[in-house]
Amino acid sequence: MEKNLYSFILKYSLKQQVIITLLSVVSFIPYYYYLSIPKSIVNQGIQGKDISYPVDLFGWGLWQFDNTAYLFLLCGVFLLLVLIQQGFKYAINYFQGVAGERMLRRLRYELYAHILRFPLHTFRRTSQGEIIPMVIAEVEPVGGFIGESFALPIFQGGMLLVIFGFLLLQNPLMALAAVALYPIQFYFVPKMQAKVRALGRERIKNQRRLSDRIGETISGVTDLHTHDVSNRMLAEFSGRLSISYWIRVEIYQRKFMVKFLNNFIQQLGPFFFYAIGGYLTIRGQMDVGTVVAAVNAHKEMAAPWKELLNHYQQREDVKQKYEQVVTQFVLDGMRGPDDQHVEPEQPVSLAGPVAVSGLVLHDDQGQPILENLSLSLPWPSRVAVVGDNGRDELLQLLARLHDPTRGRIAINERNLAELPETVTGRRLAYVGPASYVFNTSLGDNLFMGLRHRPLTTRSLSEAVQARYEREVAEAEASGNSSYDPDADWTDYAAAGADGPDNLVTVAIAALKAASFDEDVYQLGMRGTVDPAAKPDVAERVLAARRAFREKLTNGALADLVESWDPARYNSNATVAENLMFGTARNGIYHEDNLARDSHMLRVLDEVGLRQRFLEIGHEVAATMVELFADLPPEHEFFQQFSFISSEDLPDYKDLLQRAKPGALDQLPEGDRARLMSLPFKLVFARHRLGHFNDAEREAILKARKIFADTLPEDRQGAIAFFDPEHFTVSSSIVDNILFGRVAYGQAQAQEKIGRVMADVVEQLKLREPIIAVGLLFEVGIAGARLTAAQRQKLSIARALVKQPDWVMLSEATAALDPRSHAVVVKAVTELRKEAGLIWSLQRATDCESFDIVVVVENGRVTHTGSYSELCEKSARFKQMLAPA
Amino acid sequence: MSLIEEVELLRRIPLFAKIEPSKLKLLAFTSQRLTYKPGDVLFHQGDPGDAAFVIIGGEADVVVDTPTGPLKVAHLRQNDFVGEIAILCDVPRTATVTATLETTVLRIEKDLFFRLIGDFPQIAIEIMRVLAQRLDRTTADLRELSAKVKG
Repeated sequence: MEKNLYSFILKYSLKQQVIITLLSVVSFIPYYYYLSIPKSIVNQGIQGKDISYPVDLFGWGLWQFDNTAYLFLLCGVFLLLVLIQQGFKYAINYFQGVAGERMLRRLRYELYAHILRFPLHTFRRTSQGEIIPMVIAEVEPVGGFIGESFALPIFQGGMLLVIFGFLLLQNPLMALAAVALYPIQFYFVPKMQAKVRALGRERIKNQRRLSDRIGETISGVTDLHTHDVSNRMLAEFSGRLSISYWIRVEIYQRKFMVKFLNNFIQQLGPFFFYAIGGYLTIRGQMDVGTVVAAVNAHKEMAAPWKELLNHYQQREDVKQKYEQVVTQFVLDGMRGPDDQHVEPEQPVSLAGPVAVSGLVLHDDQGQPILENLSLSLPWPSRVAVVGDNGRDELLQLLARLHDPTRGRIAINERNLAELPETVTGRRLAYVGPASYVFNTSLGDNLFMGLRHRPLTTRSLSEAVQARYEREVAEAEASGNSSYDPDADWTDYAAAGADGPDNLVTVAIAALKAASFDEDVYQLGMRGTVDPAAKPDVAERVLAARRAFREKLTNGALADLVESWDPARYNSNATVAENLMFGTARNGIYHEDNLARDSHMLRVLDEVGLRQRFLEIGHEVAATMVELFADLPPEHEFFQQFSFISSEDLPDYKDLLQRAKPGALDQLPEGDRARLMSLPFKLVFARHRLGHFNDAEREAILKARKIFADTLPEDRQGAIAFFDPEHFTVSSSIVDNILFGRVAYGQAQAQEKIGRVMADVVEQLKLREPIIAVGLLFEVGIAGARLTAAQRQKLSIARALVKQPDWVMLSEATAALDPRSHAVVVKAVTELRKEAGLIWSLQRATDCESFDIVVVVENGRVTHTGSYSELCEKSARFKQMLAPA
Repeated sequence: MSLIEEVELLRRIPLFAKIEPSKLKLLAFTSQRLTYKPGDVLFHQGDPGDAAFVIIGGEADVVVDTPTGPLKVAHLRQNDFVGEIAILCDVPRTATVTATLETTVLRIEKDLFFRLIGDFPQIAIEIMRVLAQRLDRTTADLRELSAKVKG
């Protein structure tokens, strides 16, 4: 990366700079005429001086103008010149903006690419909070400056010269007098500005620390709460803000002092003109006109001069900012860009023995972590690493995440230090105790290690293709990656699959080994498919629905589930569900909003139920108030049982005071809606509250039909109706198979249903499509919607699915309970039987299923051998096996 | 069944006889009524205890696993209650309870159970009485057994 701003500008935007500068220079021509034409209008057009009418343009006798026509002609020319001049301005501004933005894009991209190549230990000293503002905020003014870096001084300087030349012609002495003080300003102002800039740098550093502090607060918020440290944090933050404040105060003092001096010097010009010029005039050595002309000329020159000074100051500022950021991003020990971008000419296999010799690793302070470590591992082998310090670092070195201080690592006789990331990142895998899960779907996380290059091109419509090509051209123009992020990047062959169709099939082995398949299956059951996009899966879910129903009936379990039947009232579902006979797809038909929905109210009126809803609502409200009134508001019964939240209960209490049974319809609109919202939540089989009788339930069935038949056009998409023959859109798969409600009061219904459902899913081979649906689950920020154990299992599966030659796991199961840990160890060692596996384990007792056990103590290998050998021979290993 | 009828039914159970109707209503509303088929298990020995049960209708066996095999220690009928030991003493279930007929029970969550005992000393006394009876019977059995062993 160019360390100097101007070499950066010239290297990447020379052409644009030349164009912009040329445009600026050319624009002088119309500008000159634009300045001179008002004189012609006044003198010739209006006053008729130095001209005789009619004017014969070009002398061809074709265009003859009298005085008035000539005036309008001149005015027309004036307008035209304004247009031309503004047109130039527009073009210059536009090109400057584009050139600046392109360079900014390049700069940010470069900085980001550097972050991706930082040596890992950098991140122990540099936090997100410091790096992010550098890439985002701090380089922003650089873009604005680059566009005008050459054009502005040339343009404004040229302008200054034009005016100066004009003055020279009028009166050389006065012209020289007008610029006499410029050298002083040019010398002193930047000197004074230097201190302001130094303060500005201080301020930026302090701001980085501020954002670092905020970032830390967010990451550690739980610990801050558990130890009541908010006061301390606030005080520290206040301290930082105070530093910022006082720096700003000093900046203001100096900055405005510079401004003051600047303006003062600027006004010294007129002072001298008036004083000296006046004196000379009184003495009769000069005429008044010259003095006035000099003052005016000085004024004319003020604007470009000011621009030039500003530019000069800004230049110093931006230059420093650029250089400061760049030096932060160019680090020792950083790998070259080719390391990540150049594809190996021939596929490199690391399926071979590991040979480590004389390995030394020092930490930042030069303290040894690994000392002269040598190790050789045969291929294929499964290796357990136990002991104390240095195990994780050893594994990271073997995965080439760091470079060793000294020593050599060879895998399959290839020197690891010479292999690029394009090889090591594919043939090796490392999972640490805190592997990161990205905020995307499970599947994207799982298949991340298969996505190194776009492997196909998208077929696009003509219009989209044109837009896409424009984007690629622009990306290339600013030195950015032109890979299509939306193409298919998945290297199916690397996972052992033929294509997208059987990727999930082969991934299941990895999921199973990491004990993650059941989790994904459960997530898939709660997920849904779009029957339009996956008609085959939807069809199989429907088959499962039928098979499930049949099994329940035959197994005498029929009364466990009450199915959705268009002709029957479902007594285990809410009144709302019975009325809508479907699920709300958005907020319009959410249970709480039904009592205010015009369509719903119209339907209730039609079947004559509105009054009953009001009465039952009143009854329910009265019971709720009676039952829950003297419970403390935070009692969990509110959450579990009450139809009315603890916050709303007092309101309902008041409402009941106002409401007189028999005159409920005289209540205000809002009160009525509140009462009416309650019966919608009633479940006949469960809530033993006053309820709709048989005839009224019949009326609800009638309402169900009217509701669906007369549903307004604009509400059509708001509900997914239940239909025995169709997949219920936006309902989960499990609900689609169940297609009904679990009957209330049947003991162990969930377990029994779960068993039947698992059978059905197995029989219809639905497990795999459901796992595929589970892979669509969005995991949230840093995988927050998964448990810690699920995140670790996902990370292990991610490392296994790309089928690397060697997999390094460094206490990658720390969040799992001992039983699951043992299951994962067994399954993973089984899966990697014919391949390489190096697993750093906490307990020596877990080593039994490995071929080789390596004991690392204080950065050296102290024992190596099979589990049984070590058990026999090594007293130290025996000691490690003994329970603490 | 409406809430009022449910409350009437609960009032006929001696344990709840002396509780005021509004509290019984809360009990009826917040506790689950479950139906077990013959052979269904209310809970297994060793499970964590989270609720107590009152038999509203039907019958169930209480069986304890012993080194020599399962041993039936009691038979439950209407109005009996079971499962209170695990929640009172915070220990795993001490026995397995299996329905022998179609059985309906009222399942009272741990929280609600403690609340009831706290609010209504009558219930506490009733439970103590039943526990004492069981202890008395167990002691008698033990006496009989040791006499047999000696004899």
